[in-house]
Amino acid sequence: MIDQDYDGPILEIDKLSISFFTRLREIPAVMDFSGKIMPGEALGLVGESGCGKSTVALGVMQDLGVNGRIVGGSIKFKGQELTTMSPDKLREIRGSQIAMIYQEPMASLNPAMKIGKQLAEVPMIHDGITEKEAMQRAFEVVTDVKLPDPKRMLNSYPHQLSGGQQQRIVIAMALMSKPALLILDEPTTALDVTVEAAVVELVKDLGKKYGTSMLFISHNLGLVLETCDRINVMYSGEAVERGSIEEVFDHMRHPYTQALFRSIPLPGADKNARPLIAIPGNFPLPHERPEGCNFGPRCDYFEAGRCDAGFIPMAQVEGNDRHQTRCLRFQEIDWKAPINVGEIKEKPEPGPVVLKMDNLKKYYEVAANALLGGGDKKVVKANETLSFEARESETLAIVGESGCGKSTFAKVLMGLETATDGQILLDNQSIGDVPIENRSTSNVADIQMVFQNPFDTLNPSMTVGRQIMRALEIFRIGKNDDARRQRMLELLDLVKLPRAFADRMPRQLSGGQKQRVGIARAFAGDARIVVADEPVSALDVSVQAAVTDLLMEIQREQKTTLLFISHDLSIVRYLSDRVMVMYLGHVVELGSTDQVFAPPYHPYTEALLSAVPIADTSVTKKHIVLEGDIPSAMNPPTGCPFQTRCRWKSQVAGNKCETEVPKQQIMAQRHQIKCHLGAEDFASMEPVITIAAE
Amino acid sequence: MEPLTWTGTIGTFVNPIFSITAIAFGLAVVAQIVLSFFAPAVTLQANADGTLQQRGGAFGLAEKAVKLLLIANVALILVYLVGGILLPYGDAGIIGAISKRFLPVWIALILTFGVSITFKRRLGLYGKLFDSTVGMIGFALVMFWVFTAVLAGLFDLIATYDPLSQISGLKNKVPGFPVTDERKLGAVPHYLLGGDNLARDVFSRMVYGSTVVISIAPLATLVAFMVGITLGLPAGYFSGRLDTLLTFLSNLILAFPVILLFYLLVTPEIIQTGIPSYMAMILFIFPVVFFVVLLNARFYTQPSKRNPILIGVLAVLGYFYLSTISQPGTVVHFLPAWLDLFDIPGGILVVFVSVVFVNSPTVFRIVRGLTLDLRTRDYVAAAQTRGERPWYIMLWEILPNARGPLIVDFCLRIGYTTILLGTLGFFGLGLPPESPDWGSTINAGRRLLSTYIHPPLAPAGALLTLVLGLNLLADGLREESLKD
Amino acid sequence: MLLFLARKTLGMLVTALCLTLIVFFLTNLSPNLEKLAKSELGARITDDEVASWLDKNGYAQPTLVRYGEWLGVLPGWTRDNDGEFTGRCIDGKADAETAASASRFCGVVQGDWGESSVFKRDVGEVVSRALKLTGKLMLCVMLVMVPGALIVGVLAGMREGSRLDRSLSTLSILTTATPEYVSGVVLVAIFASSAVGLKWLNGSATSAMDNITIANFTLPVLTIALYGMGYIARMTRASMTEVMTAQYIRTARLKGVSFYNVVMKHALRNALIAPFTVIMLQFPWLLNGVVIVETLFNYKGFGWTLVQAASNNDIELLLAVSVVSVFVVLISQLISDIGYVFLNPRIRIT
Repeated sequence: MIDQDYDGPILEIDKLSISFFTRLREIPAVMDFSGKIMPGEALGLVGESGCGKSTVALGVMQDLGVNGRIVGGSIKFKGQELTTMSPDKLREIRGSQIAMIYQEPMASLNPAMKIGKQLAEVPMIHDGITEKEAMQRAFEVVTDVKLPDPKRMLNSYPHQLSGGQQQRIVIAMALMSKPALLILDEPTTALDVTVEAAVVELVKDLGKKYGTSMLFISHNLGLVLETCDRINVMYSGEAVERGSIEEVFDHMRHPYTQALFRSIPLPGADKNARPLIAIPGNFPLPHERPEGCNFGPRCDYFEAGRCDAGFIPMAQVEGNDRHQTRCLRFQEIDWKAPINVGEIKEKPEPGPVVLKMDNLKKYYEVAANALLGGGDKKVVKANETLSFEARESETLAIVGESGCGKSTFAKVLMGLETATDGQILLDNQSIGDVPIENRSTSNVADIQMVFQNPFDTLNPSMTVGRQIMRALEIFRIGKNDDARRQRMLELLDLVKLPRAFADRMPRQLSGGQKQRVGIARAFAGDARIVVADEPVSALDVSVQAAVTDLLMEIQREQKTTLLFISHDLSIVRYLSDRVMVMYLGHVVELGSTDQVFAPPYHPYTEALLSAVPIADTSVTKKHIVLEGDIPSAMNPPTGCPFQTRCRWKSQVAGNKCETEVPKQQIMAQRHQIKCHLGAEDFASMEPVITIAAE
Repeated sequence: MEPLTWTGTIGTFVNPIFSITAIAFGLAVVAQIVLSFFAPAVTLQANADGTLQQRGGAFGLAEKAVKLLLIANVALILVYLVGGILLPYGDAGIIGAISKRFLPVWIALILTFGVSITFKRRLGLYGKLFDSTVGMIGFALVMFWVFTAVLAGLFDLIATYDPLSQISGLKNKVPGFPVTDERKLGAVPHYLLGGDNLARDVFSRMVYGSTVVISIAPLATLVAFMVGITLGLPAGYFSGRLDTLLTFLSNLILAFPVILLFYLLVTPEIIQTGIPSYMAMILFIFPVVFFVVLLNARFYTQPSKRNPILIGVLAVLGYFYLSTISQPGTVVHFLPAWLDLFDIPGGILVVFVSVVFVNSPTVFRIVRGLTLDLRTRDYVAAAQTRGERPWYIMLWEILPNARGPLIVDFCLRIGYTTILLGTLGFFGLGLPPESPDWGSTINAGRRLLSTYIHPPLAPAGALLTLVLGLNLLADGLREESLKD
Repeated sequence: MLLFLARKTLGMLVTALCLTLIVFFLTNLSPNLEKLAKSELGARITDDEVASWLDKNGYAQPTLVRYGEWLGVLPGWTRDNDGEFTGRCIDGKADAETAASASRFCGVVQGDWGESSVFKRDVGEVVSRALKLTGKLMLCVMLVMVPGALIVGVLAGMREGSRLDRSLSTLSILTTATPEYVSGVVLVAIFASSAVGLKWLNGSATSAMDNITIANFTLPVLTIALYGMGYIARMTRASMTEVMTAQYIRTARLKGVSFYNVVMKHALRNALIAPFTVIMLQFPWLLNGVVIVETLFNYKGFGWTLVQAASNNDIELLLAVSVVSVFVVLISQLISDIGYVFLNPRIRIT
């Protein structure tokens, strides 16, 4: 049995190497990974997708599947070696001593088993208690994770819960046996920002309450900053830097860590003064890793003959005994050197109004019961009186979480759906009720879209060139195939892809490259308005910057109006001129970027700003956690859409919030807020984000 | 002439060894399965020097034995087959003689595999098939019968006697029985697999039976796919009323027990009314419509390119279509004989039509389901936002991406069609009773099964291996297409 | 739930009506009727005689009218031949009084299925006798096939890629590739033929109609069960392997649940949802197998009756047989829909 009074490190990983074996070759997934977690400590594991961070977690759990094998090193849990432990002994530890929380809450709960039973199972196996006692314990833990109506929760099936509630259940399940170590593998990636903030808060509190050590895996530096004490940065299967959060965030000693921080938009970042710097090149595939330093080919400080000479061990950074880096040159590099910005490109002033929305409404009728059909029809108000205008070469960001109606709005604008009421004016010509098949070719070519999912945006069975040429054909550009081919190659140049990509299939391209092709396709007909629906949210951090920059550059050159749909406020602040915040089909706030990001806020904007994790130690945030989940658009609350979660509700006299939809209040020039709050309340608002003076 | 034994002189040496290895192999497999229940869970552990720990014990031993014995068995079977080709006729017995008759097929198979494996990296999904053992075995079985059908049907190779002619004295004779009548001697002086109850050569009938099956099953399945795709795409893409109607119709056909449907459709009386001919008119128009819409959707933006292509395709396909549906002796007969490209012999058209009719609703359902899934993809939305027409999206954006499951189902469905054809033959429907197709032959042979077992066993084995091959091929394709 | 059932039943009735109409239409085409007349009166009658016979027996009316009569929603035809009355609802010839007292409607709705021209007996009686026999056969088949297939599928699917999986999968593929008429012939050849000498079992199941023994019933049951078994087992295996790689199985495993309990408590229910539907939808195919096997083993059940009716153009019997088989198919679909709802908590009908 594992010693309960053990007080050494909870988890000690030493030079761990894990490989996956396919029929053709051995693919190393993790190499020479070391780490230590002390009791009550939280270690963050950060890296881009494919860097092996999840494999480390599975290695700790000894659950690598049929093909995965630990090929070297050791993993000690409370001093006991896990790699040689017998299956029975392992089973004893799993769930009781080490518990794990996964990315997809829906997938990690058994769909055909009631939640109570799934929870009760854990102590029944490990502590051998009766079902009744176990259910009692489950009830307590569910109350602990702040779920409403625990009795009902225990009696429901997973699909009856919302995503946020499911993740709380998964957390509860992990805590059922009060484990010593909790492994969280991207626990909030599938959740909305405001829900994520609440879940992170919960995890932090419970970690303290139960005294659990944590291994927190994430690609989001901001999240790690908020939750962890120590950090371990991984790149392509190796830990490249590790140390305490403050050390690594403020005094990083590895070029990759530095490049990572430079490629994410921070509140202080300005698109002109400190533009994002993308990491050049691509993430190496596991079987194509370079000799020596894995980051070498993409590194600014690369020195041929030295960095690519052979294995590079972790080196101690002096001054702090637990800060290490896998870089040969870290003592030679001037870490304080200013960023080389290059030439500052001035953005042209916004031109005349190109697109105008006037009281646009989109309602859907849906059958109340989809399975039976017929019956009562329900009206879903996807978009409610949307009015705004967008000018030439202006970036308008549309911000909101799931169900806020941003995708519906895009569909109406594109003509895939027609508006229920109101108008869309393109160059003063009404197109709101013209479906796409009746629009003129030039109208269609004028408004184009860049899609969210890079793996879905290109037809997998057509070459890249062919797809762009088809767009040219349909927009009737170019006299013959040769002319169109020429134009297609120019478009590839525009998005900075080699011309050879014309004959490649989409599966041969990386996510960022696919997204570039998607952009090239959107600009095939010289689009004047481009709707970018979360174009970078599915990409890795380092690639995000490059694609964002590309979009902005093309916009500058072509004077495009960019409608940038996103939930990521950091990137919105970085690139947009004006911001429109949406909640459940309503525009709750609209104004210039500076206006929206500074008080007075709409209460929702305020909460949203507070929820976004920021990877900057000099930033202090006001702490606002929203209660509950986003209401369903099928069943919106009465009155103000946000009243169910609003922390300012008590400031409004009477039950105005619950009965009346607020009017747009004009705060300043072109800044509107849809709220019942009075002027003095708005005046009393404090900024959510403050940056400490350096 | 002496009667042939099964294995001839080779057998005297090899038979005892073969029976020992075969029994040992069976035992080893059973032992291994039993042991796998009791063997401890596999722990994956590396030794300090980087090597991986071997699984030892009884389980590991059984695993090794199975592998070795399998190789031994395959090698011995090869001895029988190769021996038959190399030794003079008769020395290697019936098996050797048959192996020799199939020599052209062996050569064709070896050539196909050689070429395919050499260039497998350049051949897409087909090439990847050669990475999967299951897929290769399936492909070999299928191609064996395809080559047999082609070589026997077109070049009169392989078969030893005429499938219809009878030789007196050979009624129900056992395999390897010599033909005594000098005047009627065929390619070999024996009935290799014996004679049936009408004194015809079972081996040759089996070989010619493959021609009937291979010429109907794949083509009928192809037409069924065209019908299913042409209707399933719009049903899934547009949904709504069209979908409801088509789904209802397909369910209607699917609710019919297949045999009942055949009994209703494939009778001389129904053929007399012309219903199958009218059905042929409707069903065969689908391939024409399919290709015309396909090309039009692709090229409608460039009329100068589209018009010649469309005219050419329409002319060729239309001519084929008219030739197919116009059959002398039925209600639909309008082309004069000199203009009619080909006539399909009696019965086959009816069988063809009913097999297509039975298969299309299932294909429709599959295509509809795939379309429902694929139409939510972003690249479909991208096509919509650039103003593509629905048929372009269906045929060029959705269909190519549904190809994986469709190809797999195509293989399975050919197998199923083969079974259906056999069923038809088994009930004596459609094809003439003397037809050598496998179903009819099994039907003819089963009546005397209690005394003479060899006549129906040969076609039964043939049908079994072909369908098995198609199933394995489908499995291999599915496995490889998922690997991407 | 009731509404759901009502809608399903309604859909079923519409389908059944459409299908019987098609069967009615196909069996009553003029060449078929001509053949019927010739079989009643002799092959050498003239076209006029055929026409008058058809007219006399009510076949001259429009097809739809006769379909209505058969259903029992339109009054049956009557005919006055100088005081001798014949009619759909009258047995043979009768006088005016009997004719007047006979019921006006006699069709399926009234429970009158007509008379079989092959067996010269009431269709209802023929069909119900045949159904009883087939029922016994199907029961045995189900008892062998379903548990067998599920066990094979679950065993193969729980450890994907193991030797057990590969052996069982090969076996399943082999049985799916063997249609009943092949496996039946092979089994009979091995176990029942005098040529080989095993002679353990009977090659005919005729005696099983009265008295079921292992010797006379094993082969037919095995023949049908084998073909279906492979298919269901493969479905179960596919479903099982998919479930075993699901995230929630990993969750369960990492909770410390033992492998046995992972399979039994967590995987099984989820893995059985898909095969359940398959088993129910397997019924139409089983019907196929029944027809083949009953013909092969000369067991005079439903399938054998179908063949007799179809090959002799026994219109009334054929119609009854199609109604029954269509209902079997539709009811199995209904059960599969309802069962799916019960097995899968994600779908709940309010």
